[in-house]
Amino acid sequence: MTDIALKAATVPDARTSAWATLAANRNWLGLWFMLPAAAFLILFLAYPLALGVWISFTDARIGQSGAFIGVENYEWLSDDSVFWLSVFNTLLYTSVASVIKFAIGLYLALLLNENMPFKALLRAIVLIPFIVPTVLSAIAFWWLFDAQFSIISWSLRHLGLISGNIDFLGNTWNARWSVIFANIWRGIPFVAITLLAGLQTVPPSLYEAATIDGANRWQIFRHITYPMLTPIIAVVMTFSVLFTFTDFQLIWVLTKGGPVNATQLMATLSYQRAIVAGHLGEGAAISSAMIPFLLGAILISWFGLQRRKWQQGESND
Amino acid sequence: MTELAADPKLDKLSASDHAEGMSYLETLPRRLVTLYMPLGIILVVLLFPFYWMTLTAIKPDEQLLDLEKFNPFWTTAPTLKHIVKLLFESPYPEWLGNTMLVAVVATTLSIIASVLAAYAIVRLRFWGATWVGGAIFLAYLVPPSILFIPLSSVVFQYGLFDTPFALILTYPTILIPFSTWLLMGYFKAIPYELEECALIDGASRWQILTRIIVPLAVPGLISAFIFCFTLCWNEFIYALTFISSTQNKTVPVAIVNEFVDGDIYRWGSLMAGALCGSLPLVVLYAFFVEHYVAAMTGAVKE
Repeated sequence: MTDIALKAATVPDARTSAWATLAANRNWLGLWFMLPAAAFLILFLAYPLALGVWISFTDARIGQSGAFIGVENYEWLSDDSVFWLSVFNTLLYTSVASVIKFAIGLYLALLLNENMPFKALLRAIVLIPFIVPTVLSAIAFWWLFDAQFSIISWSLRHLGLISGNIDFLGNTWNARWSVIFANIWRGIPFVAITLLAGLQTVPPSLYEAATIDGANRWQIFRHITYPMLTPIIAVVMTFSVLFTFTDFQLIWVLTKGGPVNATQLMATLSYQRAIVAGHLGEGAAISSAMIPFLLGAILISWFGLQRRKWQQGESND
Repeated sequence: MTELAADPKLDKLSASDHAEGMSYLETLPRRLVTLYMPLGIILVVLLFPFYWMTLTAIKPDEQLLDLEKFNPFWTTAPTLKHIVKLLFESPYPEWLGNTMLVAVVATTLSIIASVLAAYAIVRLRFWGATWVGGAIFLAYLVPPSILFIPLSSVVFQYGLFDTPFALILTYPTILIPFSTWLLMGYFKAIPYELEECALIDGASRWQILTRIIVPLAVPGLISAFIFCFTLCWNEFIYALTFISSTQNKTVPVAIVNEFVDGDIYRWGSLMAGALCGSLPLVVLYAFFVEHYVAAMTGAVKE
């Protein structure tokens, strides 16, 4: 429809100058409108992304641009047990945290979707852990996980469940579960609130019809709620997996990767190698090694999403 | 069937959030067990760290470390000592100022760039607009943790290291993809007819954008602004890498790096710092809950 209007404006006319023609040309205009965003994204996103891959093939250090050394950094990493430990930790952290975030988030979304007093207020409160900067809530968790003064240890001791304090962040597996717990805590609100938004688009008439047909709660969930939610679940979980996989702040505040690399993720290891130790090339190789994992996660959810859309008979626009 | 769905009155009734729905089928004891109890437990777990943070910030030091003599879940002698010390005897206000400056400028720049980009993608439909839209969504998925190493050398090359500009110019790479994607959704919802009328009346594209599209998309702009502002405040890895001097740090980095001296953790001031850093966002959130949720779910739904 806009075509008609545009054509009218571009019809050769005694007063139509070259400038006016250009001003109505959508490709020319589009270029200018895209310019600010494109400038930012090319200078500070696309270029660094390519530069990062390049740096991973050099022996660059902080303050000196390195020479090309081929895949030496990657060869070095493939023999590095700390690197493989960080890969294991990252996969464990991502898979456990994402699954639990999804389960509890979906459960919480279903609870919040019920009709009850102070519904709006409760929904607003649930999102608070997501609003507060991760680092600041991580500091609160650091205090909660303190070896000596942890209130969790204190409470459990006074309930008679344990005899001594729990060393939350000092022991390999304790530290892993503690950071996973903090990550889940921080991630649940996002999952719950976005899934709740999805739940609200499910027409109540479907539930009423199912109830009349004698479906029980599980059947209703399995055959109505879940299929209606799958597209949004795919998107939410892609984001959740992506951000958990590349998490840095929480680990940095709570353990800095310790004790003895037990909670070292790929992101924290690349920071430590590149910025703390100064080996930019090696750090860049570690972060470039994350790219295939991320692409995998994106592709899986992308194709999952396409299929679901097609199943529901929606158009793929 | 279609007639029923098309009836606006019925449609409104079924979509209404306050509809009692089928909950009358359930008895109170059942709801207590299946709804209120699990909800209560989850809420307590979600909120306890904040209670603990606040309580620690106002507890006197001797009560903090002696869990046996004093009830740790309450304090009998609340004190503002930690907060006063934080605000008047440390560079904390400066850090708050830095964070605020970076967040406001980076967000404003990003929103301006995003409005232009989103309008061009959705309405100008220039050659390749669909591909550019897809590329922007992909940019949204590039995490800062794989960009900070090359970015640090870029920042160094451009001479921005250890200045607020290092953050002001890099944060938009996180914010622009998100807000463009969000605003595209809002712009799509504005009827084409308005634009056509304006074109017939001789308005330029710029006039259409500033006089028609932007005023109509104000809720979207507020959502994008709030969410971007929160993202800036939350950002950590760039601020940690690109800023080295104490007076230029942002709140999250400064708290982690400057407040922890050796092994004697100053828990009171640490918690006061965390609390004061969170409060501005929580207050902002309290005023704009709806916009915030719209931003979060809107960007995901598209």
